[in-house]
Amino acid sequence: MIAVLLVGLCAVDVVAQSDKPRRSGFEFMSAATQALQRDDEQNPVMLWVKDGARRWNDVSAGFACAGCHGEAQQSMRGVAARYPAWDEQLGAPVNLQRRINLCRERHQQQPPLGSEDDAMLALESFVALQSRGVPIAPPAADPRLAAALDRGSQMYSSRIGQLALSCAQCHDQLAGGRLGGSAIPEGHPTAYPIYRLQWQSAGSLARRLRGCFRGVRAEQLAPMSSEMIALELFLAVRAAGMPHEGPGVRP
Amino acid sequence: MSARTLIDMPRRVRRGEAFEIRAMIGHPMETGYRRGADGDRLPRDILTEFGCVFDGEPVFSAKLYPAISANPFLSFSMTADRSGELVFRWRGDRGFSHTERVNLVVE
Amino acid sequence: MKEQSQQPGVSADSVSRRRLLGVTLGAVVPAGLMAGPAAATTVSASGAGDAAPSLDAAIRAFTGGAPVRAGKVRVAIAPLVDNGNTVPLSVSVDHPMRPDDHVTAIAVFSERNPQHEVASFGLGPRNPVAKVSTRIRLATSQKMVAVARLSDGTYWSGEIDVIVTLAACIED
Repeated sequence: MIAVLLVGLCAVDVVAQSDKPRRSGFEFMSAATQALQRDDEQNPVMLWVKDGARRWNDVSAGFACAGCHGEAQQSMRGVAARYPAWDEQLGAPVNLQRRINLCRERHQQQPPLGSEDDAMLALESFVALQSRGVPIAPPAADPRLAAALDRGSQMYSSRIGQLALSCAQCHDQLAGGRLGGSAIPEGHPTAYPIYRLQWQSAGSLARRLRGCFRGVRAEQLAPMSSEMIALELFLAVRAAGMPHEGPGVRP
Repeated sequence: MSARTLIDMPRRVRRGEAFEIRAMIGHPMETGYRRGADGDRLPRDILTEFGCVFDGEPVFSAKLYPAISANPFLSFSMTADRSGELVFRWRGDRGFSHTERVNLVVE
Repeated sequence: MKEQSQQPGVSADSVSRRRLLGVTLGAVVPAGLMAGPAAATTVSASGAGDAAPSLDAAIRAFTGGAPVRAGKVRVAIAPLVDNGNTVPLSVSVDHPMRPDDHVTAIAVFSERNPQHEVASFGLGPRNPVAKVSTRIRLATSQKMVAVARLSDGTYWSGEIDVIVTLAACIED
């Protein structure tokens, strides 16, 4: 069983040993919700993307993203698919949101944004759009990420919370099944930020994971914390090779 | 924060040709039925009206209630016999008002 | 908070703000309103003295009591929805849109939401077809009803049943 193999193993081996084709959460949605994601003119996340495009060029605070990065369609192509990654200056792994905040602090003299701030989701979803179709490829071979990757792997297979459930129990062992009326997906971060129908808003991967923690009544992880990023790193490596969908829709 | 909108429609059409207009606006559409963490009802805050006017003539209107999902989406079709300006206006609770204008070229 | 009511036929007074949160009442829909192969609807269980407006009353506020015939109106909605918060809905009316003969309004009602009115739309000859789409919230599995008003003053209706499953892992 894959859950047994996960314990104590390097996550990269897990990906290689899985013989079942991995399925994005997209495949578990109803046809109507899939249609919503497919159509850029109907996908509500595009409201944030459009705002992100505007902010990318916004010089009202001094210096715009475009000032360094130029046209996002070129410079940001595939970027979202390569996170989490190691930040040299910080000396730690960062996810894309943390990276955006570091840019703001270091190069724009702007305060950091919260993970669910509309401004953050706008920028993140605009950048994520530029990875649509690009295979997810976090730098798993980077030895500096090994410790965080191992930590994330441990977290994924550890029972947590009052319900004493691990991620693996639902999203590996029971993926494809149902919990009440909801399909249980495999839990691959292929379309973040998502417009989640349940939230009626765009939201980050951290928000989604925090929802799971609340669901099993576990202690919370803070967005952009080293623990949260370790888990996100593991999930990205576990999903390596799957195409990034750009910002999507989920139930 | 100014309202975010997405209006999807062709900018050039042939005279009398039917075309679709899809308009979406960012708004939480707080129903007034939900309760906050303290147990008190969150006050209603929704968009209540949408209107599309072409060269001063009403083309389409909508009255919206809390049952309309957040970030309201509307689609309808129209035809035009001359070039002109389409004005889209949303109104709502707490004096909300937002207008978008699109020039339509009719050949 | 006063609700604007500029759309003819839809009265803000018909909406009861005293309706209790979460109480869903079925409504008996008179045969005259839903002639044809209408699915059975649940009878209101609270009996006499029920102050909450019924689906029937909400529709009557739109029609002014005029007779409504089943037909022409098609309500399109996925039969099984992922999440009741955002459900795509389309209503189309099979009727010409000529200057002298067209659909003037479409009103959509929910059987079991806390409030029956969902939306109403004003149309005219500039719309080549009487078709509107939007996204709605559904509190639970229920019937959706759409009523169209024609320029000759007649009313037509269509309806559909929707099943809404509740999310199993609630965050709040």
